[in-house]
Amino acid sequence: MATAVTSSQAPTGGKKSRLEVIDCDIHNIIPSNRTLYKYLPERWRRHHQQFGLRGHLGGYYPRALMNAARHDAWPPSGLPAGSDLEFMREQLLDAYDIRYGILNCLYGAGGQLNLEYGAALARAINDWQIAEWLEPEPRLRASIIVPYEDGDLAAEEIDRVGDHPGFVQVLLLVRTNEPLGRPKYRKIYRAALRHNLPVGIHFGGAGAGPITGAGWPSHYIEDHGGMPQAFQAQVISLVCQGVFEQLPSLKVALIEGGFAWMAPLMWRLDRGWCKLSEEIPALRHPPSTYVRKHFWFTTQPMEEPPRPRYFRQLLEQLDADDRMMFATDYPHWDFDSPESAVPSGLSRELRKKIMSENARSLYGLE
Amino acid sequence: MVQESGNEVQRPFWSGRPVIDCDLHNEVPSLEALKPYLADHWCAYIEESAFRGPDADDYPKGAPTTIRPGLEWEGEVEGQLALMRRQVLDPLQVEFGVLDCAYRVQGVHDPELAAALASAINRWQAEHWLDRDPRLRASIVAPTQSPVLAAREIDRWGADARFVQAVMPVRSLIPYGNRIYDPIYEAAARHDLVVGIQFGGAPGHPPTPSGWLSTYMEEYAAMAQVFQSQVTSLIVEGVFDRFPDLRVALIEAGCTWMPSLMWRLDKEWRGLRRDIPWVKRPPSDYIRRHIRLTLQPLDAPPSDKQLLEVIGQLDSDEMLMFASDHPHWHFDRLEESFPRGLSDSLARRVLAENARSFYRL
Repeated sequence: MATAVTSSQAPTGGKKSRLEVIDCDIHNIIPSNRTLYKYLPERWRRHHQQFGLRGHLGGYYPRALMNAARHDAWPPSGLPAGSDLEFMREQLLDAYDIRYGILNCLYGAGGQLNLEYGAALARAINDWQIAEWLEPEPRLRASIIVPYEDGDLAAEEIDRVGDHPGFVQVLLLVRTNEPLGRPKYRKIYRAALRHNLPVGIHFGGAGAGPITGAGWPSHYIEDHGGMPQAFQAQVISLVCQGVFEQLPSLKVALIEGGFAWMAPLMWRLDRGWCKLSEEIPALRHPPSTYVRKHFWFTTQPMEEPPRPRYFRQLLEQLDADDRMMFATDYPHWDFDSPESAVPSGLSRELRKKIMSENARSLYGLE
Repeated sequence: MVQESGNEVQRPFWSGRPVIDCDLHNEVPSLEALKPYLADHWCAYIEESAFRGPDADDYPKGAPTTIRPGLEWEGEVEGQLALMRRQVLDPLQVEFGVLDCAYRVQGVHDPELAAALASAINRWQAEHWLDRDPRLRASIVAPTQSPVLAAREIDRWGADARFVQAVMPVRSLIPYGNRIYDPIYEAAARHDLVVGIQFGGAPGHPPTPSGWLSTYMEEYAAMAQVFQSQVTSLIVEGVFDRFPDLRVALIEAGCTWMPSLMWRLDKEWRGLRRDIPWVKRPPSDYIRRHIRLTLQPLDAPPSDKQLLEVIGQLDSDEMLMFASDHPHWHFDRLEESFPRGLSDSLARRVLAENARSFYRL
């Protein structure tokens, strides 16, 4: 499970790989501006050339490795890691016999301060995903990239491509300008529901303030290791703001957020709600009820208790056997291998659910 | 706090053992109470500017978590102390009670005013609380947003053994691992004091990485994540390597999230320790050595079995310290304030012995 920055990953063809694998978090990277420009209209091409990407600057922590990618994930073609489909097939899809892989492109369209430009980038990325990933590779599915700080523009993009069979969810990044339970994001969820899509919330992004509630930290490990705090804040907001009372069929996948924090968060929410429920009357049930019904998780990066007993306790407390989904996070440095990531000692039935069945059912895969 | 029927106060199942309460709140009734301790200049400033106190609201006056409905708590020290004695100190036969004054001088932008207020509060605490009840210990309020001034305030009280810690709100301008705070840790080391990190604070930026939450309920729940960020910062930014004897109490933080944070940080450290070579041991090791948690709010799971599991997952008998969090309301009966099923030796540690050695009582 633990993957030191410098280690390389090679499949061994071990026993566990015989279970079917659906990988819920693969990153496809736009190789160059030249590729992007094929899909961007002239007006925004000029904008990109003149002004470039402009988001919430000042929150950058150099990552452990270039592009946060594994050393061995840089393809022989010379393209950036994650941008060469042929190499991804060889190193991931074929090597681990992956049945389906879900692409989460992290280009940053959603974090653009110029919302129209963000929308143009999202359209370009989605068209690129259809043409260069979904059409050539039937094992791949993708997430719809949206300019999520503008509900109308985001909904427009979901309606534009939402019925394409290759798209299986709408993607947000966890650090948003406002908590995701706030009304401005509701249009995104409604649009997702119109197309029967879950909403994925992925590690990353840049909100309008510091990356912790205590101000700006100093190191990448605080940026990377602090992501669960951002996920917890979003769960709190989505649940307490009554999103699931209003949209009872909405499903949310928390991607690359870890999950060991979720049981204690449910307890804290339920205990707090016992005293403070008058402030949020829209909630008819204890907060944990909504968590159990509406949230799915991906496994990577998995918290690793020092004793196997603690991991079993954790799974029981979490009560998420039907909502935990395997992910590799390819091509990033903290990649989890399908062969060794899920701790031993789980029943074959549970392992099967985690490795494929839960994702198959959430994403409507055959 | 304590169930009262008529004049009778019921004692909980664990009474009779030594008890140290690590989180009792004393509230400055109003700025008027501080004026005797403020220079004329500041009294005039307060008068003319209509300054009403820090721009913070960690405990909304009427919220059920702030005070049990129906209790009269606001008001002068006599009333607060009488209630504290009647509901906690007497029925639990508390040996020592640690006051955690949560007046947020850290939310006052003018550093000179913040320092003057902190000084006034500490003099007020000494005269109106510590002099009145020998069981009480107090926390030094300091303008921690200005570490040099904060250190000066800590030095002022360091020789008074009744002040056992310096407190800072969990919501800070910059995380507490940053070197700008070193003067505070140096002062704490000089006087062998605990540094307490309390629920709340109003640094001016949002309480989450994703902006401002809509309700107090959300902010209350989300405060645990701010504690998680501070623990991360203290360890990875090397505070415990620079100050190997530093002791940090997390006050009113909840405690059931701690095992999950240990597991995550240990994993991060295995992958990224190359970036932070001064951190020589797994983060969970620093946590167990240097950090303690007050017991309430417990944020307990629905079953006793799971609560015992989580306490076991701390892999330490030393980390939890009993606290009633009086007069905040987290449990209906005093019975519920303490986990059932702890071994006798662990129960004794949590009720008193961990705090006794941590606070040198």
